[in-house]
Amino acid sequence: MTFLQSLIDGIGLGAVYAVVAVGIGLVFGVMRLVNFAYGELITAGGYTLALLSGAPAIVAIIVCFAVVVTLALIQERVAFRPLRGASPATMLIATFAVSFLLQNVYLLIFGSRGSTVGTLGQLNQAIAIGSLRIRYITIVAAVAGAALLGGLTFVLNRTMIGLQLRAAAADLRTARTLGVRADRVITAAFAISGLLAASVAILLTVQSPLVTPDYGVSITIFALIGVVVGGLDRLLTASLGGFAIGFAQAFVGDLLPSSGSQYLPSVVYGLVVLILVLRPSGLFASRRVTAAERV
Amino acid sequence: MRGRRVDNLVALAAPLLLVVAVAALGSQLNPVRQLEFGDALVSVSIVVALYVFVGNSGVLSFGHISFVAVGAYLSGILTLEVEQKNLILPTMFAFLRNSHTGTPVSLLLAAAVGAVFALIAGGPLMRLSGLPAGIATFAVLGITTNIISYWDKIGPGVTALSLVPTNGIWVFMVGALIAIAVAFAYQLSPFGRKLRATREDPLAAQASGIHVHRQRLYAFVLSGALAGFAGGLLVHELGSITPDQVSVELTFTTLAMLVVGGVSSLFGAVLGALLISGLNSFLADAEQGVNIGFQLTLPTGTRLVTIGAVMALVLILRPSGLTGGREVRLPRRRT
Repeated sequence: MTFLQSLIDGIGLGAVYAVVAVGIGLVFGVMRLVNFAYGELITAGGYTLALLSGAPAIVAIIVCFAVVVTLALIQERVAFRPLRGASPATMLIATFAVSFLLQNVYLLIFGSRGSTVGTLGQLNQAIAIGSLRIRYITIVAAVAGAALLGGLTFVLNRTMIGLQLRAAAADLRTARTLGVRADRVITAAFAISGLLAASVAILLTVQSPLVTPDYGVSITIFALIGVVVGGLDRLLTASLGGFAIGFAQAFVGDLLPSSGSQYLPSVVYGLVVLILVLRPSGLFASRRVTAAERV
Repeated sequence: MRGRRVDNLVALAAPLLLVVAVAALGSQLNPVRQLEFGDALVSVSIVVALYVFVGNSGVLSFGHISFVAVGAYLSGILTLEVEQKNLILPTMFAFLRNSHTGTPVSLLLAAAVGAVFALIAGGPLMRLSGLPAGIATFAVLGITTNIISYWDKIGPGVTALSLVPTNGIWVFMVGALIAIAVAFAYQLSPFGRKLRATREDPLAAQASGIHVHRQRLYAFVLSGALAGFAGGLLVHELGSITPDQVSVELTFTTLAMLVVGGVSSLFGAVLGALLISGLNSFLADAEQGVNIGFQLTLPTGTRLVTIGAVMALVLILRPSGLTGGREVRLPRRRT
């Protein structure tokens, strides 16, 4: 029965990680930029919800979307646009710097003790089926994750901006010579990744309502590990990787004997190294030859 | 040929003189300031160690602080007295508990253990580049922090390793000078040149008969040795250490120092380390209130915000760092 319980928890957690993975992967596709400051978007959403705990849920959610998308666009315009064309190492460190800066701005404004989110707290209640306990939020997370990824697939495959995004991800220079405007697609990619971050903030604050300045950091790092392990080249493999890491987190904790559980991070990281050494382009990547990437 | 020799001399002398000048200035100040200057000099050693690999190979490593951590713990534990260790660290391996060395020997052993660890980790990891290399080296750091935090046979676990004897500012100056000299010698050697060729164009370098993995591994091991050595300096500067002090945050700050100075030059590594450390100390003082012609008191918390903003600004305005990735050269007359 604990196996089934882990399976259900794993699906809920995996769905959230998959959404984060796609948010990171989308921007990477267009800009070749891994945005470490993505977690701070989630944190911004968390703080917005915490400040609006008294307001009706629908208002809080709409404001949360607005704030996070705006912050994503500001990140792009102020920090990352001037760095276009810089070496990937410089861009990566720059996103680190932005992440560090935002965390300390949160620390300065809100302090280190954390703010509590009350919006949608009732979703934490569980329905019992036999000895299984399924919280509503698990179902909501799974459904929302599927809907977001489905919606994104629709946008990418059926709309003009989606076509342009895919073209830019395949080859930005060629896409630009064919009339795709770089500023427009990159802005669109950041806006969509902001929408996804806001959704993650809403789902995540139900399960862990205490928002601290480093709220988004660990989920970003783990999702990023998932993305790279899954394969960063395509959104599908990236989201599968994200899902897998969320799933693994729910499962490995149950399987490991409790005396060894403090070494759980070592086991997970060890697996990551092993997979990367054996399959550098990702676990789910096709075996085609990829262009040499220079970092 | 003569011109090149002068160039090399200048390129080596500039960072060395800068470090000596900083140490000399620091030695004239009060003990609290001396600690800050000592800290800056240790940062120089760590960033130079990082530079040997990252600067010459162009591959990002988030794992170097693992070697700093291992060096710091080994060097710290070795310099504790045997009776102290039997008292406060009874669960540790007997060979660590019952051995005691002076600081210089402990630093050499720290360098050795850093090199061995880098060799073991680097063997498989040097086949990777780009983002997978970044994530895999980060994973190594995660494993190191995790094991140091919980395995009580090799150290005190999550609690601080304390009572480590500390040293004066001159020791850290000498340490930084050694690190710079080693890094410079490597950079001029055939190994360093080959590795930089792979940085500029891996395919062309390979076609010219350079074994990319092997050259990267050499640099990784040397850089691991320097990082272990720098870790030893760090523990003798702080007097105590916890696993969190040699983990993600230090990784971020040292990488930022390197990038702010300019990733691909040794002078950039030294300059970046000194500038960011200096700014950090100044802002920490300013939060307590400092007199610079007028009384300046910043609200608590502005230090880290300012540091983050400065790093982001330098990166946005000068992506190749303050030095632009070049060593110091004398102005040359046109011929």
